[in-house]
Amino acid sequence: MKFAQLEGKTVVVAVENIDTDQIIPARYLKSITKEGLGEGLFRDWRTNDPEFPLNKPESKGAEILVAGDNFGCGSSREHAPWALTQYGFRAVVSTSFADIFKGNSLKNGLLPIIVPADVHKELLASPGAVLKVDLANQTLHLPSGKAVQFPIDPFSKECLMEGVDELGYMLKQDEAIQAFEAKRVGSVNTLQ
Amino acid sequence: MAKTIIEKIWDSHVVSQQAGAPALLFIDLHLAHEVTSPQAFQELRDRGLKVRRPDLTIATMDHSTPTTSRDLPVLDKNGAAQLAQMEKNCADFGIRLYNRMSDHQGIVHVIGPEQGLTQPGMTIVCGDSHTATHGAFGALAFGIGTSQVGHVLATQCLLQQPSKSYEIRVDGQLKPGVAAKDIILAVIAKIGIGGGTESVFEFTGSAIRGLSMEERMTICNMSIEGGARAGLVAPDDTTYQYMAGREFAPKGADWDAAVARWKQLPTDAGAKYDRTLMLDASTLEPMVTFGTNPGMGIPVTANIPDPASVSDAGQKADLIKALKYMDLQPGKPMAGHKIDVVFVGSCTNSRISDLRAAAAVIKGRKVSPNVRMLVVPGSQQVKKQAEAEGLDKIFRDAGADFREAGCSMCLAMNGDELSPGQYSVSTSNRNFEGRQGKGGRTFLASPQTAAASAVMGVVTDVRTLV
Repeated sequence: MKFAQLEGKTVVVAVENIDTDQIIPARYLKSITKEGLGEGLFRDWRTNDPEFPLNKPESKGAEILVAGDNFGCGSSREHAPWALTQYGFRAVVSTSFADIFKGNSLKNGLLPIIVPADVHKELLASPGAVLKVDLANQTLHLPSGKAVQFPIDPFSKECLMEGVDELGYMLKQDEAIQAFEAKRVGSVNTLQ
Repeated sequence: MAKTIIEKIWDSHVVSQQAGAPALLFIDLHLAHEVTSPQAFQELRDRGLKVRRPDLTIATMDHSTPTTSRDLPVLDKNGAAQLAQMEKNCADFGIRLYNRMSDHQGIVHVIGPEQGLTQPGMTIVCGDSHTATHGAFGALAFGIGTSQVGHVLATQCLLQQPSKSYEIRVDGQLKPGVAAKDIILAVIAKIGIGGGTESVFEFTGSAIRGLSMEERMTICNMSIEGGARAGLVAPDDTTYQYMAGREFAPKGADWDAAVARWKQLPTDAGAKYDRTLMLDASTLEPMVTFGTNPGMGIPVTANIPDPASVSDAGQKADLIKALKYMDLQPGKPMAGHKIDVVFVGSCTNSRISDLRAAAAVIKGRKVSPNVRMLVVPGSQQVKKQAEAEGLDKIFRDAGADFREAGCSMCLAMNGDELSPGQYSVSTSNRNFEGRQGKGGRTFLASPQTAAASAVMGVVTDVRTLV
């Protein structure tokens, strides 16, 4: 999936440390496919709170989630970015992301955008804002006309922009892997 | 140049490093379970790929696996389908599987060390965030997503960016009644659940050296709860004594050669960490969490924090939200809060020493009539050992439920769960909203604290009992 430009509306969930159990509760993890997870997104918060931002009609069609610090902490479940993308999100904006969630998102065309605290504050205060994401220039354009740079490692950026298949890239290094295996000591044979 | 153990393991596993790309890192051991692997096996099928090194993967069933008698069928249709798919995937791709009926079955992070698969200096991964448990042996062990499970199955490698090193130095002597669990809960309370982001923890210091392997596993297990990618303890004689003679551990001359290799692993004098946190073990009290993330922990003797005393707006909102969900009053003591369920289990605290610690408190006492207590051994081997020592009888005589091995009520995927509004004291690792069942409320604590609380029917300082 290629990702270059995105112009989309935000929905704001102004909660810090949103864990992957909230993003997709464990009972949705019994699937053996990647499908049907969008309905599980924030399921318990959507069910228990009529005022939860995703329940509001004006959030319909939002493609950018703005959330509190340390988004995606907890479990390694890739079901979290699967649920977010199936629901319709293409980017999440926060001041920081948990490592495994960030890695999983980048492998699923979901862009984690890290912004400084002042920009974050501005975005938290303006739900429904239309933002422009320019991945090539690593720039987020705010409605105020302000533009901020966001970090992304060059490899993930290239993978997103060119639709590079990471596993394909790895398989091409078969010779190097073989050479490494030939000299490797200290593994265990689980089939012995 | 002086290196940390983290750098040594990293350097010895880099297969290639292309400009502008992450390192290709070789993985020595891959652990698989039924929940995060099916889509990865499907990816291999879709691409017509084989598992490159079936000899370096081991699989078991734990997350969706019932902890009821193995004679009973799996009643949950989706859970049963997931277990059946695991059987098929392992058979199709030639992977050793310890299924529900195997006497080697158990929580993936319990069986690796138990069988000697987990060894110092290894890179170990699993589609599970608590993989850092294996770091107790001086391995670089971390949780991965399902796409990466597919990468490892197909190439035995991962694309990885190097991590920062974060030394957590714990010196001094623990007071009686204070457990390894209390050390890690105190660390997380101090640094916060995002404090270790982009880092690998190395736990050092005399208090860590003095811990058993199982206690070290408890500590490394919860590295992710501090936001870290992994956590480890350099191997020493305690490590080698624990490993010697285990099924997959090297034998004879191979063992001697391995130990000689492992002795090169500890961090060199003069090596630099990116960060260091110092903690004095003698100042620690038994810990308990009150809120909805593992960083919200306090000594069991303390009062519930008051949002009015928090200055940061985000943290204040977080605390208010947590107290509302937990239905707790600021300023009230934690000890004495009524509970409904006690869960002793999970990859954090389900090993034989955890069961012994809980049994020592329970012995000769009764579980409060208002409390349901579940004791879930981490593996069939742990269960067998507990039965040989009569621990099962101690638990059952006290009125607790002693069950089959699995993840159970840690994440409530297998039918073991809290009802809405119920409170548990749990030896697991996460107190997130609904983690132990929709609407359930979790207080995390050590096995000792959990057992004491089961007896009293309220959150209890174990030192008031013994």
